[in-house]
Amino acid sequence: MTPWLALIRPGDWLLMLVGAALVGASIPVFWQGGLADRAIIRQEGKVFAEVDLKARKQFAVSGPLGTTLIAVEPGRARVVSDPSPRQYCVKQGWLMRPGEIAICAPNRVSVQIAGRTKVYDSISY
Amino acid sequence: MTRSAIEHGTEGPLPPARDGRRVTQLTVTEEDRRVAWLATAAVGLSLVDAAIPSPLPGVKPGLANIVTLVVLARYGWATAVWVSGLRVLAGSLLLGYFLAPGFFLSLTGTTLSLLTLGLARHLPSRWFGPVSLSILAAFAHIGGQLLLARAWLIPHDGVFLLTPVFAGAALVFGTINGLIAAKLLAETPPSDSADV
Repeated sequence: MTPWLALIRPGDWLLMLVGAALVGASIPVFWQGGLADRAIIRQEGKVFAEVDLKARKQFAVSGPLGTTLIAVEPGRARVVSDPSPRQYCVKQGWLMRPGEIAICAPNRVSVQIAGRTKVYDSISY
Repeated sequence: MTRSAIEHGTEGPLPPARDGRRVTQLTVTEEDRRVAWLATAAVGLSLVDAAIPSPLPGVKPGLANIVTLVVLARYGWATAVWVSGLRVLAGSLLLGYFLAPGFFLSLTGTTLSLLTLGLARHLPSRWFGPVSLSILAAFAHIGGQLLLARAWLIPHDGVFLLTPVFAGAALVFGTINGLIAAKLLAETPPSDSADV
């Protein structure tokens, strides 16, 4: 019986290391925008607040229908409550990835997650 | 041995065809028989592969590549191409995805990894063993599949979102398959028998 480790030649180790490094390096490249680090809250299309996703915070944004409540937690944000009739933006739940957005259209409020780089989604196109 | 005895019997000169038409005789060489056996082994492993549940479509151990690696080391690149090609064809027929998108993904991945193996086998074997070949082939395989998926199936860069996952899986499974191939090569003596 040959021990398993004896089957790996020096170059194999090298290639495994290079491979692991490439895989590691590919994470920020392909998961563009990197980690979510900001939440942008908009009211009537204008920026209402830009928050770092580090601390726990609550925002109350008023719109034509009433008040939209937005919660910010480390690494994520969501719409807690909203007066819109269909509650789409509330049902979206936590937003965690750069580019994700919850739009409470009737109340004209939106929350978007932003990362280091700008990402495009189908809405941008 | 009975098998070869019977086949030797049929390989002899055929009796003249009764109606005088010429008969094209296909002789089965030792090489053909070996390719067929090895391809059978590879197809068997493809089926095992398909039976293993996968957390993500596209992440598969690719056990059949162990056969490709052993064949490459023992019988050369041309035989490896034959065995892989037959494996893709027969595997897709058995699993029912012949000419479906999965077939072309499989074909592209296999083609690219065979080309890579064709280049990589010239690496100095003192330093680079089957494990290296397997890792390189696995990367080429997933790379080819992703490019085909991007160009044809899902023409959106979102396809590449899973690249790190696929590449990580390629590295892990490539290493494991390479180790298994290396062990097989180290522990079975080279033989000319078809039933390796």
